[in-house]
Amino acid sequence: MNYKKLYPWYFALGAVTIYTLLCFIPGIVGICYSFTDWNNFSDEIHFVGLEHYRAIFSGNSKYLPYITNTIVFTIFTTIAKTVVGLALALLLTQKFIKCKNFHRMIIFSPQVMSYLVVGLVFKSMLHPTTGFLNHFLRSVGLGFLARNWLTDLKVVWPTVMAVDTWKGMGYIMVVVIAGLLSISPEYYEAAGMDGANFRQKLFYITLPLLKPILLNVTVLNVTYGLRVFDMIYSLTNGGPGTATNVINTAVFKEFSKGDLAMGTTLSSILFFIMLFLLYFIIKAMENKEVDA
Amino acid sequence: MGRFKKTIRNAIGNVVTLIFSLIVMIPLVVLFLNSFKSSAEANSMTLSLPKRWAFENYAIVIEKGKLVSSFFNGFLYATCSCVIIVMVVSCAAFVISRNHHGVNKILYYFIIAGIAMPINNVALMKVMQVLHLVNTRFGIILLYSAINIPLSLFLSYGFISTIPREIDEAAVIDGCFPAQLFVKVIMPLLKPIISTLFVLNFMAVWNDFTMPLYYLNNSGKWPMTLAVYNFFGAFQNSWNYVAADIMLTLLPVLIVFILGQKYIVGGISAGSVKG
Repeated sequence: MNYKKLYPWYFALGAVTIYTLLCFIPGIVGICYSFTDWNNFSDEIHFVGLEHYRAIFSGNSKYLPYITNTIVFTIFTTIAKTVVGLALALLLTQKFIKCKNFHRMIIFSPQVMSYLVVGLVFKSMLHPTTGFLNHFLRSVGLGFLARNWLTDLKVVWPTVMAVDTWKGMGYIMVVVIAGLLSISPEYYEAAGMDGANFRQKLFYITLPLLKPILLNVTVLNVTYGLRVFDMIYSLTNGGPGTATNVINTAVFKEFSKGDLAMGTTLSSILFFIMLFLLYFIIKAMENKEVDA
Repeated sequence: MGRFKKTIRNAIGNVVTLIFSLIVMIPLVVLFLNSFKSSAEANSMTLSLPKRWAFENYAIVIEKGKLVSSFFNGFLYATCSCVIIVMVVSCAAFVISRNHHGVNKILYYFIIAGIAMPINNVALMKVMQVLHLVNTRFGIILLYSAINIPLSLFLSYGFISTIPREIDEAAVIDGCFPAQLFVKVIMPLLKPIISTLFVLNFMAVWNDFTMPLYYLNNSGKWPMTLAVYNFFGAFQNSWNYVAADIMLTLLPVLIVFILGQKYIVGGISAGSVKG
């Protein structure tokens, strides 16, 4: 059969055109600008080569912690969301839980809220004097646990990550529940007859069969985590000081200062990190297809 | 397992689920209660009931927050960009996944690279100006479609590879043209992934506020999330109004979510389970 005739390339034209014009070209232009001294204060643009990259990766650069922050945030939130989501999914598919559908709906509901709204709400809930959390801790006699959640250097990162997990865990739960329901119960029956306990069933049946789903979810979580902006911007705006700045909040700040070239350099670095990860993810997916 | 042990396990399981649901619900309940309080009371976010239920908060917010027009704007942007994404991506994913050689393979990696592409707002602004898309509804819809195409293509590409090729061959033997094959045979089979794409992209567009912040400088064209952001800036110290404003933005989404729960949850999972 003639594949070229049956699957004409022009079917892809719409996607390619829109994507090229409004995503690819601006992106590439931006990356090119990272090699110049482009800023808001002069009209002339000079080529400066890798100078900005050198500034970012030099020993005492202030930008390096932002890159580590982003990576740490991505790793921790991805793991936290996956583990909590998986645990909730396992729990909410057990027969003995009452009102399963109601709980599923509640836990999923933050997913439909915007990050901005979540950020604003939690900012007021976590306020050290008037916020709900400290108020609650004091009223149940746990006042010593009260903290300045969003301004104390020691707890600010865990707080931000916890809020992010709060919002994101429901999505993973829902996807994993669907995956769990599609696993044939015969596997578990057979394993049960062979005397497998819960832990063995989890590690030798459930998790291997959920692998493709977990891979998909991880792609979504990692791409979200590396690009995170709304959440951090509305919760802490990178503060206290610059402690919770991530790449995208730093880009935003450089742009507002008028240092356009530094901003594009930072976002180009994000691009290279993501491209690098994407390469491995696609490789992993292709291996999966070979296995199947 | 003994009966006693089983009862304890059941109790613990139920309590843990309940605690998680409570953790998720408390912020919403606090928000709800606060939206009926007076300004002074709302200064502290607690679970206490308002002394007097101030329903007028909502009337004030609807008037000052421009919520009706921004709701329709947000709805328009999200729906239109979802329709565009679903149409162009399903066509593209179909041919690329079926004939993964030569030009198509290059096109695939070319678009997938977009998942990593940073959004450079200054460069994007210049391109938008050249295309006369700044400050237009059409422009923002196209922009949302463009930035969500790569990930959508990635997800649907995986899904289409699970549909057996024999179906195409049978259709062609029966005398189908490529366009007919796609519309009449493949499209119906793509329902699960299409609903996933629709839900994911709808939520992404509805909840975004940075794009309109840059590319729509006329507040009459603002979608709901940006209207909330703007409202928060103006009424930072009256949390009762902010809470009422947020409640009103959440309300349509929550209603749609509760009514369409089955489809949304099904939609999200259908595409990913098979893909």
